[in-house]
Amino acid sequence: MNKEELIAKLKVIIKPYTANSEAYDNLTENTDFIKDLEINSANLVDIVLDIEENFDVVIDNTDMERMLDVKTAVEIIETKLAAK
Amino acid sequence: MSKRVVITGLGVAAPNGVGIPAFTSAIKNGLSGIRHDSQLQELQFSCQIAGKPEITDELKSQYFTDLELRGFNSTGILYGVIAGMEAWKNAGLPIEINEEPDWDSGTIFGSGTSGIDKFRESIYKIDELQTRKLGSTVVAQTMNSGISAYLGGKLGLGNQVTTNSSACSTGTEAILVAYDRIKSGQAKRILAGSTGDSGPYIWAGFDALRICSSKYNDNPEPGSRPMSATAAGFVPGSGAGALLIEDLDSALERGATIYAEILGGNVNSGGQRGTGSMTAPNSTAVQRCITVAIQNSGISSADVDAINGHLTATTKDSLEIENWTKALNRSRNDFPYINSLKSMTGHCLSAAGSIESIASVLQLYEGFLFGNINCEDLHPEIAALIDPSKVLFKTFNTDLNVIAKASFGFGDVNACVLFKKYKN
Repeated sequence: MNKEELIAKLKVIIKPYTANSEAYDNLTENTDFIKDLEINSANLVDIVLDIEENFDVVIDNTDMERMLDVKTAVEIIETKLAAK
Repeated sequence: MSKRVVITGLGVAAPNGVGIPAFTSAIKNGLSGIRHDSQLQELQFSCQIAGKPEITDELKSQYFTDLELRGFNSTGILYGVIAGMEAWKNAGLPIEINEEPDWDSGTIFGSGTSGIDKFRESIYKIDELQTRKLGSTVVAQTMNSGISAYLGGKLGLGNQVTTNSSACSTGTEAILVAYDRIKSGQAKRILAGSTGDSGPYIWAGFDALRICSSKYNDNPEPGSRPMSATAAGFVPGSGAGALLIEDLDSALERGATIYAEILGGNVNSGGQRGTGSMTAPNSTAVQRCITVAIQNSGISSADVDAINGHLTATTKDSLEIENWTKALNRSRNDFPYINSLKSMTGHCLSAAGSIESIASVLQLYEGFLFGNINCEDLHPEIAALIDPSKVLFKTFNTDLNVIAKASFGFGDVNACVLFKKYKN
């Protein structure tokens, strides 16, 4: 899976939690989950669970705490996929 | 200065009608909401019939976002939000997305438990060492104040947002706590009500106590029989009722519809002393609750036109009637008309007081008394206390002035409220 495919898959996952649809439509690697997409911070937990299920990976608490924007999320998922 | 307190909005999710128009028609026509429950049958309950509001997916999506419905498994919050939002809209109040909370409005929305099915689902996950996979909404769905928290957020309420809990008197108590808060000028509007979860995990404890109706599993509609000689236990029910309770000045300023005035009431407990226990009422306390409620309302017992009883269809119905005759000092032909909504809904437990109060208020506003179903064979002990004509078998139109509503609950707790037709 290349980066574009990965972002596309991630985008589907975060859609239901997103409050700012304009920021969502213009999503880039630099998009911040809370500041730009206005995702409720409690929902970051649900996003991590959805990522785990969709990519069949396990994301520990340390990684989860860093996962606040698209770029970091992609990096973490790529690392987990590579380690499989 | 003490304020006058009125009711300006109603909302309901009852087993025999969801929404005020459906519910009003149901109670006028003696429509039962008691149905066979296949889950209770599979689980081998003694009582396999129950009262559950029928909620369509369309109605759900009117009040909840898709995100809120992900992993949502709390019938109590579902019913409470539907009833609460209906009452708010029915009162003509706007739902706005403002930066500033509405400091003058709050909610006191009672519940016995919250999200018991979500709790069960979570317990299984926890025991399978999957706590990290519970998701983010377990607390919101299972905390007892879940319902008031959901409503507070949807409506932007900035006054008191809380959940009271006093077993089967919860709903009536919520109305009285709201009344006190508005009367003392601490809020202009309180969305008062109560809700109760559906399902075996909430009802099992009652089934275990052998106090539920078990002889009508193949014939659900006659199963709930308050005041009947053949009453043999209550039918478990569920749902929610909500009343928008408002300061009269605020209601008049808004030009709101006024359904009724709350004259006053009383809550007390028998302390589980005398005849009282965890599960049985102390009759002295019941009578005192009613008497003090009437005193607090500034009326006399002769002014009470009708009673909406607690009357669950257990062996205690006759005792309740006896307590009313003593508290009002009225019996035989002098006794007010009396009815029990539970004949059509079953016993909605923590939701009972609010749903039944809505039925009482609708009677005052529209000028009718609904007929009881399933008590054609009036219990002889009741017939010895009051004239049988006081127990209505058929709905009839009549102009009423004052209705007394009482609810009693486990823990020997009592609540009684007096509603009056509003006149300028």
